[in-house]
Amino acid sequence: MKALFSDIRAAVVSTLVFAVVLCGLYPVAVWGVSQVAFKRKADGSLIVDKDGTVRGSSLLGQVFAGEKYFHTRPSAAGAFGYDGASSSGSNLGPTSQKLNDAIKDRIAAYRTTEGLAATAAVPADAVTTSGSGLDPHISVKNAELQAARVAKARGLGVEKVKELIAASTTKPDLGILGDAGVNVLELNLALDAAK
Amino acid sequence: MHSTDWLQFALFIGLLALITKPLGIYLTQVLDVNGKTWLDPVIRPLERLTYSLMGLDRNKEQGWKQYTLAMLLFSLVGVLFTYLILRYQHLLPLNPQHLPGLSDHLAFNTAVSFTTNTNWQSYGGESTMSYFSQMVGLTIHNFTSAAVGISIAAALVRGIARASATTLGNFWVDLVRTTYYLLLPLCMVFALFLVSQGIVQNFKPYDTAKLVEAQTVQVAKMDASNQPVMDAAGKPVMEDKTVAEQTIVQGPMASQIAIKMLGTNGGGYVNANAAHPFENPTPLSNFVQMLSIFAIGSALTYFLGRMVKNQAHGWAVWAAMMLLFVGGVLVCAHFEAAGNPIHQALGVAAADGNMEGKEVRFGIFNSSLFATITTAASCGAVNAMHDSFTAIGGLVPLFMMELGEVVIGGVGAGLYGMLVFVVLAVFIAGLMVGRTPEYLGKKIQAYDVKMAMLSLLVLCLSILGFTAWACVSDWGLAGLNNAGPHGFSEILYAYSSATGNNGSAFAGLTANPANGDPHYNVTLAFAMLIGRFLMIVPIMALAGSLVQKKIAPPSAGTFPVSGATFTILLIGTVVLIGALNFLPALALGPIVEHFFTAGGKLF
Repeated sequence: MKALFSDIRAAVVSTLVFAVVLCGLYPVAVWGVSQVAFKRKADGSLIVDKDGTVRGSSLLGQVFAGEKYFHTRPSAAGAFGYDGASSSGSNLGPTSQKLNDAIKDRIAAYRTTEGLAATAAVPADAVTTSGSGLDPHISVKNAELQAARVAKARGLGVEKVKELIAASTTKPDLGILGDAGVNVLELNLALDAAK
Repeated sequence: MHSTDWLQFALFIGLLALITKPLGIYLTQVLDVNGKTWLDPVIRPLERLTYSLMGLDRNKEQGWKQYTLAMLLFSLVGVLFTYLILRYQHLLPLNPQHLPGLSDHLAFNTAVSFTTNTNWQSYGGESTMSYFSQMVGLTIHNFTSAAVGISIAAALVRGIARASATTLGNFWVDLVRTTYYLLLPLCMVFALFLVSQGIVQNFKPYDTAKLVEAQTVQVAKMDASNQPVMDAAGKPVMEDKTVAEQTIVQGPMASQIAIKMLGTNGGGYVNANAAHPFENPTPLSNFVQMLSIFAIGSALTYFLGRMVKNQAHGWAVWAAMMLLFVGGVLVCAHFEAAGNPIHQALGVAAADGNMEGKEVRFGIFNSSLFATITTAASCGAVNAMHDSFTAIGGLVPLFMMELGEVVIGGVGAGLYGMLVFVVLAVFIAGLMVGRTPEYLGKKIQAYDVKMAMLSLLVLCLSILGFTAWACVSDWGLAGLNNAGPHGFSEILYAYSSATGNNGSAFAGLTANPANGDPHYNVTLAFAMLIGRFLMIVPIMALAGSLVQKKIAPPSAGTFPVSGATFTILLIGTVVLIGALNFLPALALGPIVEHFFTAGGKLF
């Protein structure tokens, strides 16, 4: 019985000590160092305009629908997509009728918007939702297919738009890790700044 | 697979092999009460202080029953601690979003989920949990449930290594030393690296961004009592609404993500887990996160070899794990890269593979690799939505969990799970040659095999039993997001994940429905408890039996537990038992769905 009580004491006390060390000192120490060393990143990589308004985060995608802008991927986050407070994928499986219908509609819309042939293959990322619903990137192929429309809408040369695409393209880390992607928010802000 | 995919894969396995030995040697010092590490000057005073507050004599060892009892008491206190925090988070500090307390069954499910190292998320992180709940209620278990797993593995290894003894070490000492000397320092460095990649770490409220392009959307018009207004034809009246803002989630994320990976917990800070750009911003952060999931589990095989003074045995176990792992990755990546023929017929570029539920920065290969790692280990973090994988691509993570998560496995849990298979493998080998089976000089007798089988059968019973129940119940079917065989896969995946203490999901399944039906939350919580503790108790009994046995010197008839023969036998045992238990169920889910996909049948 005495052994049981000493075990109960050990269980309660260790839980409390761990709460102080692991849940108090540790996160605060990480916070302290990162606020000094990586201030912008620790605060969410925010993009702030001249008058101090937060316009987004470099890491998070936003919805774009206008013809002057590059379009992000479809999104299942929240009711209207790219809802930062409810990140989510569609979670629809390979034999889902609902997913099939959505992809069919998106392919038709993409071909119309970008002026593609009725049988042209469409980049997969352009018609599928991402895992988070906040994917900031589109594939390079997808961006190139949108370049002509954006250039025309803005009265810019296609070459200029392609330059901006290249400037907003994230290369694979260390040359081999992950896939290249075009950061759509940064690209669209660069376009707005260019004209 | 592209050439860069092969390079990444080779880099991953190469680096893992490189860190296995040094980290394994470090573990032998951490798991020795008199061990010496270079962190002693900093941490020894904290360790001493903790012992004295606990009233602990660190040199007093425990037998298997005392050791297990201490572990159970500690876990019980942990469940209560977190349950109370979650229920009353609205009364506690650090809740800038003013989130309410959780319902009783959701709090119970979550407290059990984190205590058992499962980290199944029945809740949506950013919309449910206050900073205090995340940082204290959940993070404490990320550390301690990992430390408990490592402690149990250490006790079992001592049971194998010691001869004619009765004690297996002291649970409290193992718990404290693992937490302070192993997990905490590694997490400090790792968390800072993660912030350098873009993971947030702050205590400010969520930010609101003004969208670059405001969107006009159609929503149903609501009347004063918040009911949709209907037109003459009985259809809801639509009105325009402008969406001009985006919420940007904040909080102490990096410190939690570090231990979530290293401790194979997997419970994300936000709903989308490691697919969310804040939890996993770059391919480099993704790569290091994958490595950290496997790091400790891999090092524990080296620890095993060192403790039993047979390093070749440790590497043979590691090799068996790696071969199973490589097989899983190749199958998963192949089917994800091949994509979905139904969608390709609609016009999706075939070369792009299956991108539904995947992030562009990770692409097909890193999503497949992550999915296999997270289920081979009992991590459960996800960087892509497994629910949207192709049929066979999704079968791989499911089967990895059903093998018992012994392919590296959860920290500690993977090793003790694999040692159960080792006992069975030498037993089968003994039957084949007609000798009393021996493992490292110890006779494996009826009691030992019974305990080993018990720990495996309990898993099988929980997974298949609960799945069967949910399949024929209204509450079970109400939670589904997909119809047809994929719906069945969602249920099977949920109970495999909960019982295996994994925590990943075919996340379309709603375990926490709006009508408050508690069945999923409660049954999943019991699956987690069964998968954790009803597995540990027989394993500790096995350790208690092994530690008392004499070690006989090897003879000409001894079956060697290293080398290719042993590795192949071990793989065979794992696959055979996994397949016998679960193939019929898998045939009803992903396997039949694969043929439906090829035939273009939709549900």
